[in-house]
Order: sequence, then structure tokens, then C-alpha cells
Amino acid sequence: MDSILELSGLSKVYPGGLKALDNVDLAIRKGEIFALLGPNGAGKTTLIGAVCGLVRASSGTIRAFGHDLQNDWRKARSRIGLVPQELSTDMFEPVHRAVSYSRGLFGLAPDKKRIEEILRSLSLWEKRDERIMALSGGMKRRVLIAKALAHEPDLLFLDEPTAGVDVELRKGMWAIIDEMRSRGVTIILTTHYIEEAEMMADRVGIINRGKLLMVDEKDAMMARLGRTEAHIWLAEPLPVLPPEIARFPVELEQGGRSICYRGGDGTGKGKAEVAELTKALIRAGIDYTGIDTRESSLEDIFVSLLGDEEVAA
Amino acid sequence: MISWRSTWAIYTRELMRFLRTAFQSVLAPVLTTSLYFIVFGAAIGGRMPDLGGVDYGAFIIPGLLMLTLLGETTSNSSFGIYMPRFTGTIYELLSAPVGVAETLIGFVGAAMTKSLILATIILVTARLFVDYSIAHPLLAVFYIMLVAAAFSLFGFILGIWADNFEKLGIIPLLFLTPLTFLGGTFYSIDMLPKPWDTIALANPIVYLVSGLRWTFYGSSDVNIWISFAITLGFLAICVAVIAYIFRTGWRLRA
Ligand SMILES: Nc1ncnc2c1ncn2[C@@H]1O[C@H](COP(=O)(O)OP(=O)(O)O)[C@@H](O)[C@H]1O
Ligand SMILES: [Mg+2]
Repeated sequence: MDSILELSGLSKVYPGGLKALDNVDLAIRKGEIFALLGPNGAGKTTLIGAVCGLVRASSGTIRAFGHDLQNDWRKARSRIGLVPQELSTDMFEPVHRAVSYSRGLFGLAPDKKRIEEILRSLSLWEKRDERIMALSGGMKRRVLIAKALAHEPDLLFLDEPTAGVDVELRKGMWAIIDEMRSRGVTIILTTHYIEEAEMMADRVGIINRGKLLMVDEKDAMMARLGRTEAHIWLAEPLPVLPPEIARFPVELEQGGRSICYRGGDGTGKGKAEVAELTKALIRAGIDYTGIDTRESSLEDIFVSLLGDEEVAA
Repeated sequence: MISWRSTWAIYTRELMRFLRTAFQSVLAPVLTTSLYFIVFGAAIGGRMPDLGGVDYGAFIIPGLLMLTLLGETTSNSSFGIYMPRFTGTIYELLSAPVGVAETLIGFVGAAMTKSLILATIILVTARLFVDYSIAHPLLAVFYIMLVAAAFSLFGFILGIWADNFEKLGIIPLLFLTPLTFLGGTFYSIDMLPKPWDTIALANPIVYLVSGLRWTFYGSSDVNIWISFAITLGFLAICVAVIAYIFRTGWRLRA
């Protein structure tokens, strides 16, 4: 069995009628980092809550580690860790006690060495006796991660782990996530930073208004939807493209003063084709003064997907 | 199958929370008890007759104990569940592989322990003012723990029901405190004039105070078995309500 978590037909309607999850099907593979990407209010936290027991699903089923969460919730939950979006923890508690408590709460025997290992890996060891309220925001987030790791989960949810965190800390967080992955933890993280999904994830799911719009390998998604866009500024305006140039996916723009290329597939094919295009221009005796190329990011994919949905709606 | 490790974690953490404010937790009952003894025991008590063969100063001890116990246990446990809901830390309890059994045994066990600590402090303080001896010490301990269990569950329900701080305080303020004051702490029910002695029996706190007084001095306003039955009944109702809350996730799970 390769799926560690399977959601099928999962829906959540909040009292008041808001449909936060709309018939979501999703299977998470063992050992992967899955990024759930979507704007604020898309339903990311609700999805996590449904798996972790914070939200009661309206319909659908959830299976984790082969256990149906409805009936076998104890077995499943003991292997799932959650780092919530909000920095919520008992501020008066010292760090090490908060982390040891989490371990105990999940039914594991105390293990000082394991706790020390976790605290060290998160650079919290020096702060172990400090009250949590005395820590910076980034440190508090790490305490929450330490608490979630204290019971050695196989599946970890990170709800917006880098929201509101500065660039340095964000990089630190990515390193931590990488380290957890190398220890074999399956990770589901939510984010509304495209860059983060692009950096970290093996697979990406795009969610908006409770609907899972697309799930794919990150690279495949890029290949399928990725584009290269290039603008080549010409030394002399061209009234019309000569045939040896027109065979590329190009068009004239700005009254013939520049050529716009749109093509490729996100795997670098586009870049190579732009290089071919420049050579062809030289052979045709067309001089140019500048080139600007850009790979479309997940962000563009995201925007275009959401745009399509807007149109469909 | 209940996880004792999880239960222990909840229990010790609850106690820790209590001990963190140890100074306050100890000082408050010492101070209030002393004040009551100065006013009722020394100033007024000297002019009161013995009640049921018990010196007035000693007579009010079980009532005072009950007064503090009900208030502290209820507020302590209602805060204990309300604050995590309010700050969001309850996510951990909800996402953990623990059910109603672990949660309740942990919370209620801690409340019982706290109640014994409190009772000891109050009894030691009382000793400074009056001489007394306890007729059935084991039964007294048992009864104190039983009442602590019932009212910690009651506080638990209160803490789940309340969705703001006012609601959290209103039930103790409007019901618990007045009923306790009228519950025979400072007088015996048969001292009341005619219809009031009967009306007083509608106040459930009367049975609690009377029950505890029986374990102290072997005599009471109402039959000790009725006191036990009412306390157990209240406990059972609270357990049922909480079981229902956990099953439906009312106010706990969105
Ligand atoms: N407890 C709740 N009651 C009612 N509506 C809620 C509740 N929690 C979230 N919502 C609504 O559900 C939608 C999805 O929220 P959420 O899952 O938090 O989104 P995300 O995490 O993607 O930002 C939002 O419109 C939000 O306002
Ligand atoms: Mg969210």
C-alpha cells in the first residue's frame, strides 16, 4: 500500500452554509512532500482539520495508514502530527515541558534522549528551560514543530509554516522540512506562497473555494502548464516576419519593434527554442538590441487556473 | 482501550497549572477562611448556642470548606477547558489519540487532588481558630473527592458551554455563590422559620454541606444517604452530558 492517506468525497459545510470543502479526493504517497496551495479561505486549514479531528466532515471518508478515521481514529491519530497555523501554545510553560507533554499525550513513554534530539535539531536546546512566551515568533513556531514531532509521527501536517516569517527564517524552515523528509516523514504543507511549493514539494495540489482543482507532480505540472516567454527588441522595426522566423511561435509586437515568443513546456524546451530563434534572426540578417526571457512560475499556472475557474463559475 | 500514559500526561499538566499559581491557590483560601472565622467564629460565634452539640465555630467548618471547594473547583476546571478553547491550544487535545475517558480521568483526577490540597490548607487554617475533631475522616476525604469530581465536571461543561468570559463567570456568580451561602453553611436548616426550612430543602447545596458536616460530626440536617445519592446523581448527570458533548463535538470540533 503506497497511499498513507486517502480522502474520498470529502465535503465540509460549516454551520451557516459555507461549503469549505467540496467533494475532495486525494491520495498522499508515503514519504512525499505534498504542498496544498491555495489563496486565503480556500479550505486548506479545514482539510487538515478534518483529518486531525478538529473539524467534523459533512460527508466523505478519510483513511490513514489503512485505518478508517471514523472508527479507528486512535490508531491513525497516534501517527499523525499537526503544526497549526496559529501560534497557539501555553505561553507559561517551559519549552521542554511542553514538548514532553505532547509526547505523553500521544501515549508514548517519556524519552529524554529523543526529546533532546528533537530540541537540538530545531535549535531549541539552549532555550529548553525558557517559558514559551519569552521566545520570538520563529522560535515559537519551532516549539510547535517540536511538539508535533515529539510522538514521532509518520505523517506531519504543517499549516502555513512560513506565513509571516522573514526570508532568513523561511529558509531555515525549509531546511527543517528537508531534514524531516530525509527521516522518512511524509509531509503535507499548506501555503499560499507559490515559491514555497516550488522549492519544497514533490507534488502540488491546487485548491480554491473548497475544490481541489488539480493534483500533479510539481515537475509535470510545470511541464504541462509551464511556458517560456521571450521578448526580443529589434534594432530596426519589421513590417512583417520573414518565413524562416515565422515558423517559430512568435508574433510582432509594439508596431514591429519587438518580437514576442511564447512556447516551450516548462522543462527548458522553451529556452532552447529561444536560442534557436536568435540564431535564425542573425542568419536572416535581423539585428536586435535586447532579449528578455522568463519562465512562467507556478504562480502563473495558479493565476490562470483560478482565472479559468472564475470564468466557469 | 484507555491510554494511561495520555491520562497521566493530562493529569500532571493540570496539576502543574494549579501549582504554577500555587501562591494564589494557597493564599486565597487561607485568607477567606481566616476572615470567615474572625467574623463568624470569633465575633458572632461567641453569642451562638451550640448546634447539635457542636460548637458554632466548629459547626461552620464543613460549610466553609464546601464554599471554597465548590467555587475553586468549578472555576478552576471551567478555566482549564475554556482557556485552551479561547487560545486555540485545544487543537492538541483534539488531534491526540485520546477520548473522553482519558480527558475526564485526567481532568477530574487533578481536580480531586487539588481539592484535597485545598481542604488540607483550610482545615489547618481553621485549626488556628477553633478546636475540632473529625468523626469519620476517611468518609470525609471520600466525600470531598466525590464533590470535587462532580463540580470539576460541572466546571468542565461550563467551560465548554461558555463562549465568552462573562458567561464563564455568570453561573458561579448567579447560582453557585448564593446557593452556597443559603445552603446552611452558617446555620442549621431547622433554625429557619416555617416555610423557609422546607424551601431550603430545594437547594441542592444544602445536601452537600449537610453531607460533609455529617462526616465531620456525625449529625446533620438531612440523611447522609440522601446527600450521597444527590451528589452521585449530579456526578452521573455531568458525566452523561460530557459524554454527549464529546460524541457530538459540540463547541469542541467545528
Ligand atoms: N469554524 C468555522 N465556521 C465557519 N466558517 C469557517 C470556519 N472555519 C473556516 N471557515 C470558512 O471556511 C473557509 C475555508 O477556511 P480555511 O479552511 O481556514 O481556509 P484556508 O486555510 O485555505 O485559508 C473560509 O471561507 C472560512 O471563512
Ligand atoms: Mg488556513
